Amino acid sequence: MSERKNSERAKGFSLLKIVPSKSRGKLVTVLIPVVFFAVCALLVNLGVLRSHFAGLLVPLCYYIIMAVSLNFTVGILGELSLGHAGFMCIGAYVGGLFTLLTQDSITSAWIRFPIAILLGGLIAALAGFLIGVPILRLRGDYLAIVTLAFGEIVRNLVQNIYLSRDKAGLHFSFTNAIEPERLDPATNVDIMKGPMALNGISPDATLLISVILVVITIIVILNMVDSRAGRAIMSIRDNRIAAESTGINITKYKLIVFSLSAFFAGIAGVLFAHYSTVSPPKFDYNMSILILVFVVLGGVGNIRGSIIATAILYILPEVLRGFQSYRMLIYAIVLIVMMLLNNNERFNAWKKNTTERLTAWRKGLFRKKSGKEAE
Amino acid sequence: MKNVKKIVAMAMAAALCVVSLTACGGSSDASATFVIGGSGPLTGPAAVYGIAVKNGAQIAVDEINAAGGVNGMTLELNFQDDEHDAEKAVNAYNTVKDAGAKVFLGTVTSTPCEAVVEKTKVDNMFQLTPSGSSVKAVQYENAFRICFSDPGQGTAAAQYIGQDLGLKKVAIIWDNSDVYSNGIYEKFKAEAANAGLEIVSEQSFQGADNKDFNTQLIAVNEAAPDIVFLPIYYQAAALILQQANQAGFDLKFFGCDGLDGIIGQLEGDAALAEGVMLLTPFVADDPDEKVQSFVKTYQEKFNEVPNQFAADAYDGVYVIKAALEDAGVKDASVAVSELCDLLKASMVKITVEGVTGTMTWTADGECAKTPMGMVIKDGNYTAIAD
Amino acid sequence: MFISYLLSGISLGAIYALIALGYTMVYGIAKMLNFAHGDVIMVGGYIAFTISVTLGADGWIALLGSIIFCTLLGITIERVAYKPLRGASKLSVLITAIGVSYLLQNVALLIFGSASRNFQALIVVPSVEIGSVTIPGNTILTIGVSVVIMIVLTLFINKSSAGSAMLAVSEDKGAAQLMGVNVNKTISLTFAIGSGLAAVAGILMCTQYPNIGPYTGQMPGIKAFIAAVFGGIGSIPGAMLGGIAIGVIENLSKAYISTQLSDAITFAILIIMLLVKPTGILGKKLNEKV
Repeated sequence: MSERKNSERAKGFSLLKIVPSKSRGKLVTVLIPVVFFAVCALLVNLGVLRSHFAGLLVPLCYYIIMAVSLNFTVGILGELSLGHAGFMCIGAYVGGLFTLLTQDSITSAWIRFPIAILLGGLIAALAGFLIGVPILRLRGDYLAIVTLAFGEIVRNLVQNIYLSRDKAGLHFSFTNAIEPERLDPATNVDIMKGPMALNGISPDATLLISVILVVITIIVILNMVDSRAGRAIMSIRDNRIAAESTGINITKYKLIVFSLSAFFAGIAGVLFAHYSTVSPPKFDYNMSILILVFVVLGGVGNIRGSIIATAILYILPEVLRGFQSYRMLIYAIVLIVMMLLNNNERFNAWKKNTTERLTAWRKGLFRKKSGKEAE
Repeated sequence: MKNVKKIVAMAMAAALCVVSLTACGGSSDASATFVIGGSGPLTGPAAVYGIAVKNGAQIAVDEINAAGGVNGMTLELNFQDDEHDAEKAVNAYNTVKDAGAKVFLGTVTSTPCEAVVEKTKVDNMFQLTPSGSSVKAVQYENAFRICFSDPGQGTAAAQYIGQDLGLKKVAIIWDNSDVYSNGIYEKFKAEAANAGLEIVSEQSFQGADNKDFNTQLIAVNEAAPDIVFLPIYYQAAALILQQANQAGFDLKFFGCDGLDGIIGQLEGDAALAEGVMLLTPFVADDPDEKVQSFVKTYQEKFNEVPNQFAADAYDGVYVIKAALEDAGVKDASVAVSELCDLLKASMVKITVEGVTGTMTWTADGECAKTPMGMVIKDGNYTAIAD
Repeated sequence: MFISYLLSGISLGAIYALIALGYTMVYGIAKMLNFAHGDVIMVGGYIAFTISVTLGADGWIALLGSIIFCTLLGITIERVAYKPLRGASKLSVLITAIGVSYLLQNVALLIFGSASRNFQALIVVPSVEIGSVTIPGNTILTIGVSVVIMIVLTLFINKSSAGSAMLAVSEDKGAAQLMGVNVNKTISLTFAIGSGLAAVAGILMCTQYPNIGPYTGQMPGIKAFIAAVFGGIGSIPGAMLGGIAIGVIENLSKAYISTQLSDAITFAILIIMLLVKPTGILGKKLNEKV
C-alpha cells in the first residue's frame, strides 16, 4: 500500500508536458474513462458494437462511481464500509421518486434530471452524515459490521413503504398496504408498493450525462485526496493516534469522507434508477461486496485502479457469458489472493522491482521516439 | 504498476471489440432458422426456476424440429442467464437480440420481467413470459403470458375456498418481500368478503432468508382457522409444514401454483404434505396423455420430475408455434416489429391445448385457463373430488 | 401464547449462542472478525446431510463426521488465509475473511446446487407437554446441547492448560509468547474448537429449521455476531447471554411489533448497543496500545 501515493503522482505521457507535472497523473485518470467511453460510443454509432455492449456502458458508469466513492472510504480513510449499497438505495429511491412525482409537471429532462441527481446525492449524503455521527466512535471490525447493519436496515425499511397518489394527494403507509378505502380508485396511481419494483421512471440516464458524472466524481475525489484535508485523512489512516496528537480533528474528517462517499453513491443510485428497474433486493449486502471486490482488485487507495478494475470485472463476465457459475467463486478467490499478495513481502519486492524496470524501459522508449522526431 | 494497468486497459478494450465483433457473425441461414430468445435465472438462489424453464422450452423446441419445424422453419432456442436480476435481464435480452432473436420467451421471474418488457416495448418485440406473473410484467401490448396473473390467482383461491370448499375462517401467511406473494395476497384479501370468508389472522415474513416460522404459526394456531392460505413458494411452505408439525399444531393448508414441488422439497418427510390443497394449472401426475409424454421426456433428459415452470415454458414454445402458424409466417428473416404485430393479432385468435390446460388470450396479455383444485393424497397430487 | 413465543425465542437464541461462541473465542484470541464463521455452519449442515442422506449412515456418525470435517476446515482456513496476515492491517484481514465466506458459499453452490434441500433430523427427541404448552422436542434438544457445551467449554478454558494458554494469548499475545505459550498452536486450537462448535450449531439449526442451502449460514452468522457483540465480545458467558437475548428479542418483536421489521430491529439493537456500551453486557474494556 505504500506506493499508493507514488502511483497517483506518477509522471504522465510526454504529450501532457503542458500540464504541470503534479496534475498529470490526475489528468490521465480522468482521461481514461472519457476516452474509453468516447471510443465505445463511436463504435456503437458505427454499428461495430451491438446493442448488448451498448447496454453495458451506462451501468458501467454508475458502478465506476460506486467503486471510486467506496475507495475513498476504504482506501483513503482506511475504514471498511459494507453498507455502500444502502446509500445507493437511498439515492435510487429519492431520485426515482422525485422523477416519478414530477415527470408530469416538469417535462424537460434537462431541468428535472439534474435536480433528481442533486437531491438523491444530497439525501444520501445526509444519511451518510447521520449514520456517521454516532458510529464514528467505532473502528475497524465494529464499524464494518455497523455499516453492514445500516445497509440492511435501509433495505428493510424501503421494502415496507407504500405510497400512492390520487386526486386527493399523496397517501403513505408503513409496513401495511394502504387500505383501499382511503384511495380513490379512479385516479389512484400506486407509486411505491412495498417490495414491488419502482416502474415508469423516465429513462433519463443517457451515456453523456453518466460520463459527465463519472468525470465529476473522479475530479472531486482526486482533488480531495490531494488537498490538505486529504492529507489529514490519510494520516488518520496511517496512524490515528499520531494524527490525533498533532491536532487533526478526526471526527470532522471522518464525517467529510462518509458524507462525500455517500453523496456519490447516491448519485450512482439516481443513475441506476433512471436506467434500470429499482427494487429493494438489488441493494443487498452482496451489492456492497461486489463493489468492494472492484475496489480491492483495482488496489485499495488507487482511484485509477478502481476504474479499470470495475470495467474489467463488469464487462468481462457479460461478454464471456457462460462463466456465470464460476464468477462469484472467482471474485472470492480474487479477494483472498489480492490480500495475501499485498501482505506478502516477497511479492511486494518483486512488484517494486518490476515497476522500476518497466519505468526505465518506457523512459528509454520515449527517448528514442523523441530523438527520431527531432531528426 | 501504472504502465501495466494502462496496457491491461488497452488490451481489454481491444479484446472487447474483438469479442463483440465475433458475436456479430450470427446464425447460418437467416431465413430458415427462427431464433427464440429467452432469459431466466440459471445461477443464483432462483436458478431452480430458470433451469426448469430452459429445459422445458428446449424439449418443446426439439420436439417441434423433429416433427418438421414450423412452416418449414427450424426453431432455435437462445436462452441466457439473468440471475433473477433486472439489470442482468436487460443485458441478457440485448444479447439474444444481437444473436438474431425474433421473439422473446421470458423472463422467468417477475421483477426482471417488468424491466425487460420496457425494452421489448421500445423494440416492439413479441414477448411471451412463461411464468412472470405480476400485473406489470405484461403491461404492454406486445407482451403475453402463459401462467396465471397474481391477482387472478388470489381471486380464484378466495372463490375456491369460500364456494367450492365452503370454508369460513381463513388465516394467511405470506412473504411480504416477494412480488408474487404480495400480488396474490392483496387480491385474495379484497375478494375474501365476497366469497364469504373471514380472515382471522394475517402473518407475514420477509424473504427467503427467513427460516423461523414459529411466531407466525403460534399466532395462526391461536386464531383457530378452518384453513391456512399460503400464497408462497414451496421452500418456505415446506418449512411451515414441518414447524407446524413439530409444534403439534393441527392445521390445514391451501396454496397456489407456487406450492407445486412441495412433495419433492419434503423428501423423506413427504407425509407432512398429506392433505395440503393447492390450485395449480399443472401437475406431473395428471393422467392426460400430453402431460405424461412431456413428463417422461423431461425425466429421461434431465433426470427429475418437471415442475410447473418447465410446463409453462414447454407450452410457451408451442404457443409461439401456434401463433406463427396462424399468422402464416414462413420466412424467419421477417423484421422483429412486423412479426410482433402479426403475432399480437394471432394471439387473441388461437386456442392452444397445452400441458397446463386449454389456453386462450385476451389483448391485455392475460391467459384464460382453469386452475385445477388439487389435494396431496398418499404422496401424490390428485384432483379434489367434488 | 407469550410462553410459546418465549420458548421459540430461547431455542432460536440457543443456536445463535452456539454460533456466537465461535465468533467470540476467535475474536478474543486472534483479534479478528471471522466473517466466514457463519458459512462453516452451512458446511457442517451439508456434511451431515451428505453422510446421513446420500451415504445413508447413522445419525451419530453424521454428527461426528461433520464435527471432524469442520474442525479441519477451520484449521485449514486459519493456516492458509489468516495466518499470513497476522501482522497486516485489520482491513486486509476483514476483506480476506469476507473472501473466505464467499468462497465457501460458492463452492457449496457448485457442489450442491442452488436449490435448498430438506434436512431430516439426525436425532429425534419427543415433545413434552406441560399444562397447555407443548415444548417441541427440538427446542429441548437445542437448549440442552447448548447448555452442556457451554459448561464444558467454561471448564476447559478455566481448568486445562490449553485453556489457560488461550486466556494468556487473548490477554497479551507478546507476553504469552515470552512465557513459552505456543501462540500459533493456540490460535489453531481456537479455530478448531470454534469450527467444531459451528458444526454442532449447523446440525441443530438444520434440525430445528429443516432446510439447507448454500446461503443458510449467512444471516444466522451475522445475527450471531450481533449476539456476540451484545453479550460482550471475547466473553463466553456473554456469547450465551447475548445469543439468547437476540433470539428472544427477535421473536418477541416479530410477535408484538412487526414480522416485517424484525431484522431491522435486530440490526438497530446492534447499533444502539455499540453506541451505548460498545463492550457489550459482559465485555471488558480493551486498552489501546500506541
